[in-house]
This record gives sequence, structure tokens and C-alpha cells, in this order.
Amino acid sequence: MSKLMKLNLKVWRQKNAESAGNFEEYKVDASPDMSFLEMFDVLNEQLIETGKEPVAFDHDCREGICGMCSMVIDGRPHGPKQGVTTCQLHMRSFNDGDTITVEPWRANGFPVIKDLTVNRSAFDRIIAAGGFISTNAGNAVDANAVLIPKEVADEAFEAATCIGCGACVSACKNASAMLFVGAKVTQLSKLPQGKPERESRVVAMVNQMDAEGFGACTNTGACAAECPKQIPLSVIANLNREYIGAKMNGK
Amino acid sequence: MKLLSFLFTSSIGRKVLMAVTGLSLVAFLLVHAGINACIFFNDGGETFNHAAEFMAHNWLIRSAEIGLFLGLLLHIVQGLSLTASNTQKRNSKYGASAGNANSKWYSRSMGILGSLLLIFLVMHLKHFWVVSRFTDAIQETAGSTLFDEMVLVFADPLPVIVYVIGCISLAYHLLHGFQSAFQSMGINHPAYTPIIKGIGAGFSIIVPLVFAAMPIAMHLGWIK
Repeated sequence: MSKLMKLNLKVWRQKNAESAGNFEEYKVDASPDMSFLEMFDVLNEQLIETGKEPVAFDHDCREGICGMCSMVIDGRPHGPKQGVTTCQLHMRSFNDGDTITVEPWRANGFPVIKDLTVNRSAFDRIIAAGGFISTNAGNAVDANAVLIPKEVADEAFEAATCIGCGACVSACKNASAMLFVGAKVTQLSKLPQGKPERESRVVAMVNQMDAEGFGACTNTGACAAECPKQIPLSVIANLNREYIGAKMNGK
Repeated sequence: MKLLSFLFTSSIGRKVLMAVTGLSLVAFLLVHAGINACIFFNDGGETFNHAAEFMAHNWLIRSAEIGLFLGLLLHIVQGLSLTASNTQKRNSKYGASAGNANSKWYSRSMGILGSLLLIFLVMHLKHFWVVSRFTDAIQETAGSTLFDEMVLVFADPLPVIVYVIGCISLAYHLLHGFQSAFQSMGINHPAYTPIIKGIGAGFSIIVPLVFAAMPIAMHLGWIK
């Protein structure tokens, strides 16, 4: 077993959405082979053993595919590595003796529930506004009857890798959800089944995005740089294009 | 008009308006820099005065000036209101920030850079535009020209410093704004985006450099 690392943690503690919240300092001994969440499991066991309240944080699959984990680590959503979620970040990315600051996603659209957990149901409401296909596609036809160029399919699939974690919102100086909405709109509008509703969809989703209190896009690129699935900025341009087209068409 | 109301109401529409007005101001900058660069002929402002005379009396240019001021006003008002609304989207601030790890400082500072430009612009318009349009300081019949006014203003070091700061703000504002405008209008393509970014970077360096050279050269007496 590798040598344990001694870490100092500054963790955001907040009782509920109404309370103010503050940073608390903790010391944890962690193996370099642990994931960041496993290190938090160790911290929580320590807290429980000493009769203190454990830190609330979101997690589910711990395989980097569900989009539940959501920590801002030293000012960066999902930590310092590119293309990984917090659960896939390992303690070997840090050094013995480091002080690590851990905070929740901060955005008015994502109110804190407790400690590091935030309410991301705003994303669900954006999807419910139009992020689906409701046209009847009928029986399954021969695969070659619907021709889709490989590049178009690739673009749709790349956008579809968005796990809806909200790192884009947390990284953006305006707490904008454009990368998320851009990914969903791109995924659905590129393929034939999604085309009939593309105009009403983009307008409904953008209206909901604005109503949820997310900011406008300044094109700083922070969202794409921090996205664990590396969704490119081009999905935002595609969203703009879809939206302008729909609006100019009177939608 | 209802068709275009989204330019003022939705987050994407408001950015589209910023892009369109911003690019029209870019076009203006090119003309402005080109005409003013006539002072570098170093012929006592003869070529420059000739060009300025044309710009001041051509009806097409004067009509375009109305559009320019309208675009400028929309860009300023929309920009300030967007900046104000965007900063209200995160009431609880981060304890640790690592902005430089994922974006450029000037892309995050467009509001501040734009405000610096606005302060510069007020001073700049007062120096030349107001003087040439609304006062009788410049009387061609009496032999006083816009070039003489430049010589007068830039003899004092304070305006020279303010103009150079204005040009630096302009350079960084353009460095982000030029390419960002295309993205806001939905133009992003693997083949064209690198070209747009290249032209944008060249424009953002060359044009402010040409502008900054004018007050400096006049102050140091290189141009007479």
C-alpha cells in the first residue's frame, strides 16, 4: 500500500438553503490511490466517530457517467484534471501537505440544499420544456432508409455525452447554462427524428433557461474547458444558430 | 418589429445585438484609423485635413454617422445592462477562484474594458467631435483646422496618457470581442473559426497600435 498523504481540507458547510454557510477546516490522511470521493468518505467516518455532522455531498455511480458528483475543488469544478468528474479524480493528483478548498456549485439557478449538495432540478425543467422528441416515428424502418452523414451523427453523439452535471454553470462567471442547453439542442436537432420540433424546442428551452436565473453567454470558454465530457464551444454556436433561425421564422 | 424583439428580451438575442453593433463599430474603427493615419504623411496635416473635410461634408457619411451613434448607444446600454444582470446570477461567491485556469482575463473583463473605453470616448468626443461640429474653434477660412486642434490637444501630456490607456483597453476589448461576435451569431466552423480568430487578433493589435501612435508622435513632435 502506498504511503498516506496528509491533507488539510477547507470544506464549505451550510445547514440549508436559508443559512449563510462558512468554511470549516479538517485534516485527513488519504491514500494516493483513493478517489476524491473516497477521501471524503474517510473524512465523514472521522466526523461520525467524533460525533460530528458528516459533510453532505452528491454522488451515485462513481464511474464518471451519471453526473451526480459536483464539487468545486480549489476553484475548479471537478478539480484540476481535464475531462474527469470528481469521482474519477484521484488523490495522486495532489501532493502531501496540500490545503484543498472544496465548495458547492455556486449559482442562483442551483440553490444549495446542504453543504456541497445543490438542487439541479432547473436542468430537469429545461429538459421538460423541450428537450425531447414527441413526433411519432412509426415502425422501425430499414436502417439504410434514413441516411445520416457520419460527421452529423458524430456531432450529435458528441453532444449527447453531456451528463448534465452542471460544471459549465459553476465555471461560468455569469453562471450561464448555455453549454448544457447547447449540448441538448445540438444532440436533438442534428438527427432526422428531432428536426420537426427543432424551432419550438430551442425557443422553449432558452425561455426556460432564462427563467431559471442563469446568465447570458460571454464566450469566455470556461465551461468547455471545465466540462468533464469535453463538450466543445461549437454547441453554443449551434444553439445560437438554431435560436436565431427559429426567432427569425416567427417562433 | 415583433420579429426582432428577441434582441432585447432573451439572453441569446441580447448577445446577438451586442455582436451586430460591435462588428459595425469594428468597421467604423477601420475607416477612422485609415483617415487619421493620413497625418503620417507628415505634410502639415494637408492630406488629413482634406480627408476630414470630405468626411464632414459628404451626405452619405453624415447619414451613416447617425447609424453609428445609434449602434454605439445600443452597444453601450445593452453591454452595461448585460454586465449588471450577469453579475447578479451568483449571489454566493467562490472562496477559491481559478479563473485563469479556464479562460483569459480580458474575456472576463469586457464590462470593465468597455467602461474604460466609454470614459475615453467622452473625453475624445469632447476634444474633437464637439469642437469641430458645435463650436467655431475650427474655421477653415481663418486657417484653423482639425489638424491644428490635434497639435493643440496632444501638446499636453495628460490627454496623451489617457489616449494610450484607451488604446490598450480597445486592444483587449477587441481581442475577445471580435471573435466572440461571430460565436454569438452562431458562426463557428472548424475551417473558418481559426481564420476569424487570426484576423481578429491582427486587427486588435494593429488598429489600436496605429491609433496610439498618433498622440505619441504628435506629442514628441515627430509630426508637424
